[in-house]
Amino acid sequence: MQAHTDHDVYYVPPPSIWPLVGSVALLTLAGGFSMLLGKMAAGPYVMALGAGILLVMLFGWFGAVIRESLDGKYSSQVDVSFRWGMVWFIFSELLFFAGFFGALFYARNIALPMLADSQLLWPGFSATWPSAGPGANAVPTPVDAWGIPALNTLILLSSGATVTWAHWGLQKDRQFQLKLGLALTVALGIVFIALQIHEYAEAAFTIRDGIYGATFYMLTGFHGFHVMLGTLMLAVILLRALAGHFTPGRHFAFEAVAWYWHFVDVIWLLLFIFVYWL
Amino acid sequence: MNTATDVADHHEHEHGAPSGIMRWLTSTNHKDIGTLYLWFSLFMFFFAGALAMLIRAELFQPGLQLFQPGVFNQLTTMHGLIMIFGAIMPSLVGFANWQIPLMIGASDMAFPRLNNWSFWLLPAAGVLLIATFFVPGGALAGGWTMYPPLFMQGGIAYDMSILAVHILGISSIMGAINIITTILNMRAPGMTMMKMPLFVWTWLITAFLLVAVMPVLACAITMLLTDRNFGTHFFDAAAGGDAVMFQHIFWFFGHPEVYIMILPAFGIVSTIIPAFARKPLFGYVSMVYAVASIAFLSFIVWAHHMFTTGMPVGGQLFFMYTTMLIAIPTGVKVFNWVATLWRGSITFETPMLFAIAFVFLFAIGGFSGMVLALVPVDIQLQDTYYVVAHFHYVLFSGSAMAIMGGVYYWLPKWTGHMYDERLGKVHFWLTAVAFNITFFPMHFLGLAGMPRRIPDYALQFAEFNMISSLGGFLLGASQLLFLYIVIKCARGGLPAGNRPWDGADTLEWTQTSPPPYHSFVTPPLVK
Repeated sequence: MQAHTDHDVYYVPPPSIWPLVGSVALLTLAGGFSMLLGKMAAGPYVMALGAGILLVMLFGWFGAVIRESLDGKYSSQVDVSFRWGMVWFIFSELLFFAGFFGALFYARNIALPMLADSQLLWPGFSATWPSAGPGANAVPTPVDAWGIPALNTLILLSSGATVTWAHWGLQKDRQFQLKLGLALTVALGIVFIALQIHEYAEAAFTIRDGIYGATFYMLTGFHGFHVMLGTLMLAVILLRALAGHFTPGRHFAFEAVAWYWHFVDVIWLLLFIFVYWL
Repeated sequence: MNTATDVADHHEHEHGAPSGIMRWLTSTNHKDIGTLYLWFSLFMFFFAGALAMLIRAELFQPGLQLFQPGVFNQLTTMHGLIMIFGAIMPSLVGFANWQIPLMIGASDMAFPRLNNWSFWLLPAAGVLLIATFFVPGGALAGGWTMYPPLFMQGGIAYDMSILAVHILGISSIMGAINIITTILNMRAPGMTMMKMPLFVWTWLITAFLLVAVMPVLACAITMLLTDRNFGTHFFDAAAGGDAVMFQHIFWFFGHPEVYIMILPAFGIVSTIIPAFARKPLFGYVSMVYAVASIAFLSFIVWAHHMFTTGMPVGGQLFFMYTTMLIAIPTGVKVFNWVATLWRGSITFETPMLFAIAFVFLFAIGGFSGMVLALVPVDIQLQDTYYVVAHFHYVLFSGSAMAIMGGVYYWLPKWTGHMYDERLGKVHFWLTAVAFNITFFPMHFLGLAGMPRRIPDYALQFAEFNMISSLGGFLLGASQLLFLYIVIKCARGGLPAGNRPWDGADTLEWTQTSPPPYHSFVTPPLVK
C-alpha cells in the first residue's frame, strides 16, 4: 500500500467488458419500457431481461473495483478521484431534485395565482394549496405533516447519527461499533420505507389528483427511491464491513455511501418543510 | 519514488493496443475512446445532415414537393435533436478525451471504465432514436424542444425519444464528472490551474454546466413521460399545471446547453489562433474569467427563448438585460482573439482558416443574438427564419467549423500523418462559402416573416429559398470531401513529426505522433 502513495503511477484498469454490458442493459431496459408503454405483451419480459443484465453488470463491475482496491492498486491520487467523482455525482442528483422543487414552487406561486387572477377561463377559481386545479371537483386532503412525516424525519435524522457513529467506530478501528452502527442505519432505512409505503396506502389522494398529487408523488416517490438505493448501498457496505474490508485509513466506499445517505437526509428535510408542512 | 517496483506491479497495463473488435468494445484508453466519440459524431453528423438535405429539397420551391407536413416536422425535429446530442456534443467530448489527458500530462482519464460506458451509451441511445422513424406514427415531430401540449399527442416514438434522451443524459453526466475529476486531480506536477491550456479551462467549465443542467433536462422529460403515461398533470392548466412551466424548466437546461456546445469550440479556437499567429494567447486570464462569466450568465437568461409565451414585463426586462450582458464577456473573447492576431507572424493553414472564419462568422451569430435579445424585436421574429439563421451561425459556423478546424489541427497528432493541405483548403472555402449562401438569406426570409418548421411558404420567399437550398446542397456535398480527407489522412500521408505546427506549445506536442498507447505514464514536470 505504502509504495503507491506517491504521484508516479495512476492505476489505469485493463480493458473491461462491463461498460458494454451496462449499455446493452440500459438499451434493453429502455426498449422493453417502450414496448410496455406501447402496450406490447413482451414489454415487461424484455424489461426484466434488461434489469437482469444490469444486475450482472453491477456485480461484475463493483466486484472488479473491490478486488482492485483490496489488491492495493489504488494510490492516494485514485482515492481523491473517487472523492471528486462522488461529490459531483451527488451535485447532479441535487439538481435533479431542484427541478422538481422548481415545478412545485412554480405551480404554487406562479401558475395557480395566475389562473386565479385571470377569471376568463375558470371564473370563481381561487388559488389555494393543496389544489388539483380549476377543473377538479374537490381539493385533495393533504397528509398531516405531524403524523408519519414527522416520525420519518426523526427516523432519517437518527439514521444520519447512527451512520456517523459507525464512522467514528471505523476511524478508531472498533469493528463492532462500525457493524452495529451500520446495521442500525439499514434498519432505520427499512422502517422509513415501510412507513412511507403505509403513508401512500392511507393517503386520500393519488398521483392523478392534479398538480398537488403530481408534485407530491413525484418528489416523495423519487426521494423514496433514493432511500431504497441508499439502504441497499448501506447493506452492501455492512456486508463488506462484516467481511473486514475496511481499515481506519482506507474506507472510501463507506464514506461515499455515508455522503449519499446524508444527501438523501437533506432532501427529506426540504420535502418535510415544503411538501408536507408549509 | 520506487518507480521500478511500481512499473513492475502495473505490468498488466503496460501493454500496447489490444487487437480486433474488443479493442474498441472494452477500451479503457482515452485515445481509443476519443476516436470512438469522433467517428460516432461524424456518422451522426452525416445522418442528421442527410435530414437537412431532405428539408432543403422540400423547401427548394413553394408547395408540397416531397413530404407531407407531418413527415417534414419529423425531419426538422430529428435534424435538430441528432445534430445537438449526436454530432456536436459527442465530437466535443471526443476532443476532451483525446486532448485533456495529453494537455495536462495525465496518463489517462480519471475513470477509464466509466469513460467507456459514457461512450457506449451513445450508440444505444442512437439506435433508440433512429428506430423511432420506423414505429407507428413516425418519429418525434414537435420540435427538438418537446413542448407540451403538442408533445402529449404523439405516438410511441415520443416515449422512446424521452428514454433515448435519458440515456444520453446519463452518458453526458458521467462524461462530465470524469472530465472535471481528471482536470482537478490529474494535472502534472507544476501545472497550476492558471497554467492550464485554455481548451482545458473551457472544458472544465463546460463539464460543470453539464453536471448542473443535464439532471434538470432529465427532470423535465420525466414529467413529460409521466404526464403522457401515468396520469400526472404537470402541464395541464385544468389540473393546476402549466404548459409554460415546461418551457421554463426546459430552457433552464437549454440555455446552458447552447454554451455547452460553444465553450469547448472557444477553447479550440483559442488553441489554434496563437499557434498560427506564433504569439501567446492575448489576455489569457481575462479569457478564463470571460468563459466563467458566460457560464454564470447562462443560468439567468433562459426565458429569452420564450418572450412570446407570456410573462410579466419585469420578467421580460430582466431576461433582456441579462441576455445583452453576455455580449460583454463574448466581446472580451473576440477582442482577445483579434489582439492575438495583431502583429502576429501569421500563416494560413487549414486550421487557421477555420479559426479565423469562426471569429468572423460567430460574431455575426452573436450580433443576431443581440437583435433577438430585444423583447419588441423578438416578438416579431419569434419562430421565423431569422432565428434559424441566428442559431446556425453560432452552431454551424460556430461550433461545427471550430470542430473541423480542431480536427485539422490535431489530425497530425492523432494519426501521425499530415492531412492533404490543398484539399483541406478546398474543403474550407467550399464550406465557408456554401454556409453563407445557405444561411445568410435566411436572415432576410425571417425579417420578411417566413415562419420556421413549415414545409410550404408564400411565393415571395421563393428566390431566397432556392438560393438557400442550392447553398445547402453544396454545403452537404462539401462535407463528403471532409470525410475523404480524414480517411486519407488516417490511412497515410507525410509523417507529421512530433510538432508539425511551430507555434504550438502545449504538452501534447512533446509526444510522438501518434502518441504512444499509454502516454505520460510518469507525469512530466511543468515549469
